[in-house]
Amino acid sequence: MSAPLLDVSGLETQFPTRDGVVRAVNGVSFTVNRGEILGLVGESGSGKSVTGFSLIGLVDAPGRIAAGSVKLDGRDIVGLPNDELRAIRGKRISMVFQDPSMTLNPVLTVGDQMLLALRAHERISAGDGRRRCVAALEQVGIPDPGRRLDSYPHQFSGGMRQRVAIAIALLHKPDLVIADEPTTALDVSIQAQILTEMKALARDTGTAMIWISHDLATVSSMADRIAVMYAGRIVESGPTATVLRDPRHPYTRGLLDSLPAIAQAGEDLASIPGTTPSLLKLPPGCPFAPRCPRAQPVCANEPPLAVEGDRTFLCHFPLGVRA
Amino acid sequence: MIDRASPLARFFGEFRESRAAVFGLVVVGLMIGLALLAPLITPQDPYDLASLTLRDARRPPGYVGTAGFTHWLGTDAQGRDLLSAILYGLRISIQMGLVAGAIGLVLGASVGTTAAYLGGRVEAFVMRLIDLQLSFPAILLAFVIAALLGQGKWQLVAALVAAQYAYFARTAHGAAAAERHKDYVEAALSTPLPARRVVFRHILPNALPPLIVVATVQIASAISLEATLSFLGVGLPPTEPSLGMLIANGFPYMLSGRYWISIYPGVALIILIFAVNLVGDQIRDQLNPRLRR
Amino acid sequence: MLGFLIQRILQAALVVLAMSALVFAGVFAIGNPIDVLISPDATQDIRAATIAKYGFDRPLWEQYFTFLGRALHGDFGQSFVYNMPVGRLILSRLPATLELTLAAVLGATLLGVPLGMYAGYRPQSRFSKAVMALSILGFSVPTFWVGLVLIFAFAVNLGWLPAGGRGATAPLFGVEWSFLTADGLQHMILPAINLALFKFALMIRLARAGTREAMLTDTVKFARAAGLSERTVLLRHVLRLIAIPLVTVFGLEFGSTLAFAVVTETIFSWPGLGKLIIDSITSLDRPVMVAYLMLVALFFIVINLAVDLSYAALDPRMRKGRA
Repeated sequence: MSAPLLDVSGLETQFPTRDGVVRAVNGVSFTVNRGEILGLVGESGSGKSVTGFSLIGLVDAPGRIAAGSVKLDGRDIVGLPNDELRAIRGKRISMVFQDPSMTLNPVLTVGDQMLLALRAHERISAGDGRRRCVAALEQVGIPDPGRRLDSYPHQFSGGMRQRVAIAIALLHKPDLVIADEPTTALDVSIQAQILTEMKALARDTGTAMIWISHDLATVSSMADRIAVMYAGRIVESGPTATVLRDPRHPYTRGLLDSLPAIAQAGEDLASIPGTTPSLLKLPPGCPFAPRCPRAQPVCANEPPLAVEGDRTFLCHFPLGVRA
Repeated sequence: MIDRASPLARFFGEFRESRAAVFGLVVVGLMIGLALLAPLITPQDPYDLASLTLRDARRPPGYVGTAGFTHWLGTDAQGRDLLSAILYGLRISIQMGLVAGAIGLVLGASVGTTAAYLGGRVEAFVMRLIDLQLSFPAILLAFVIAALLGQGKWQLVAALVAAQYAYFARTAHGAAAAERHKDYVEAALSTPLPARRVVFRHILPNALPPLIVVATVQIASAISLEATLSFLGVGLPPTEPSLGMLIANGFPYMLSGRYWISIYPGVALIILIFAVNLVGDQIRDQLNPRLRR
Repeated sequence: MLGFLIQRILQAALVVLAMSALVFAGVFAIGNPIDVLISPDATQDIRAATIAKYGFDRPLWEQYFTFLGRALHGDFGQSFVYNMPVGRLILSRLPATLELTLAAVLGATLLGVPLGMYAGYRPQSRFSKAVMALSILGFSVPTFWVGLVLIFAFAVNLGWLPAGGRGATAPLFGVEWSFLTADGLQHMILPAINLALFKFALMIRLARAGTREAMLTDTVKFARAAGLSERTVLLRHVLRLIAIPLVTVFGLEFGSTLAFAVVTETIFSWPGLGKLIIDSITSLDRPVMVAYLMLVALFFIVINLAVDLSYAALDPRMRKGRA
């Protein structure tokens, strides 16, 4: 296999606060190959969104990347000067956010916003720019795109708005799109549509994708591989089918058991006891230990990273492994 | 995020982090102290006419007067020690600001909460009137009312309150109206408790934090407004020489280069208002939920 | 829209009416204008004749309705002091105030908004903190005192600029303006700075608060993720987002200054409306006071209406149809 498109290694992103340093991303490593869809799953507060923002150097102040590297085609982009990072954003790596009614500027027309994004990386005349925008809207399935360019975001439905955001993200045919819960704010029926369309778009354009979500079901329908995050770390990763069929980490198991489709009819849905730990007061060793049914005293020590073929996990007592 | 301390302790903890605000608070305290102690610490009672002599009039800062002490900030047209006059003026200015602010607060909060409590047409009508008043500049209203009522301490207080109560009323109404429709207030109102109790125990406490912010701003602006009106000649009578009056009295001498008679009272006034605003600014930032993370 | 307009106009008429009645009664209460009109040693006959001529022997309500009837035809009576029709008197003073106000408000906005945006963009920088301290100072310093200091420093001490008056004027559209002559401009500088100071502080604060909030929105994050430069984000996205409160305040401040630049005009002997009202109050020139205050009320209502209408222009969400 050729070198990965994106190689993240030992990434740590921290936020100093009044009460101490929050380690939102705490030593995360993963790779994304060209054209591949990686699903990043975790509860809210697990650090998945911060991971996404760290990749393009957009961590909110006073947060900062404290350690690690993000290699895009072999070149580390952590700590690059701002204008070099800017040249990458939107051009090689772009991003789609959760709520399209918040991401688009309510007082600018869709066309103006697209043109701004286009001109961020290209010198282009108004006429050519307009044609490119029309083509981009067409690609994401917006009817009558020529006329819609002059509309304002509030004149679109939620699903259409997200399509506009996706069109903006795809304007420069990036190598990688980071999609941060892009369907969470949408109606269920539209969610499914957008999922299918984005998968098709990724396949057609050869764009790789990092699909961030708290919803294991959505991710499993999209991703080639998944990585499960908990308290700022990736606790398990591997090919989607393998991980879902045969999870190694008790936390992944817990997530799976709480999915309605997997529980038997008439059975109560399982839920993971306890709550996500505060990132300020992480227990020593495995952060999941306080909620884990398999926890032993040794879990207070740092769990080893186990590699098993194309999958990894971070656990003293993994499931389904004969000792 | 975890909250280790009580909200109040946390509030003060955060407040302490702003050096500017702490500085402001210290200065305000200091000025209030100086104003209170004025009769004890000033070298001269500036309004004891017997102690004044025209020989000392309009002397520059540092002049040693006939009474034998140094006029560090110079003297005014009547030969008054300016430092003493400023400290006495500070008393009057602070007093006016606090009295007008307090009456405005009580009146405005009553109008606002009552409107919110009564609801319906009364609420709509009263708040529309208040909005209307707020679209006029406060200084215009205060000026016209002060001019119509004539000179005098209480007339001026009335003018200041009339101009400012509307800010309190709108703030109190906003907070109270939000609270009024919450379930627990509806529940409390449906019990046989007197309505007055509900207003005082439940509605008012919730309106308090924003009212405090408005109060600091309005006290500062009342002090400034009073000075402006006195300067324009529709404010305090000459028997109540506030800082604004001192500045006005010195104005004619400024063109001939005797700057100190107007400038120093102005400096005292600005330090006072600036310090109050520093405190108010920090409180506002701290209470703004949209800037919290 | 039409219903809204009619409602606002009716409301406006009511306010002006109430204002006129209040002022009429109030002015009546503070002094007998007859003492202003004739010298104390005039004979009883002359006195009685004057009283009859102005209708002062009539009951107050009758005087009021006579006044109101004439006012409807544009006749606000004669000024006691200037001995000319009040309408013409006010009109003759308007241009001086208009040009001074425009200079002050425009200057404050053009300088205050960029500074405020910067302070909101980098709230922690030293420069921003200095800007904020400056704005708090601008709020704290009473206008009249700054005027005194300006005169003392630039007119008395340095002798660079004149201390008062309007200077030479030149005609345009049949009206005399100071800004058309070098001498007039020189006379305008100090009063314009004096008048601008408070508005400058206000614009800084508004722009800063708006920018601070806008910088935290997903709109800005999304624009950055698309690779837009910080400059473009600020100038195209943020400025449009914060424009609405800025325009509101610009309008209201313009109105309030136009109506009430009393302090500055008094200190700099600027012969505008503000000086006129002060003079008329001290000389109990009742027709001028009543007409002036009615005019001010009218002014504010028109400006409020204009501001409300400008929302529709700035915020597409307020526009109807076209969806």
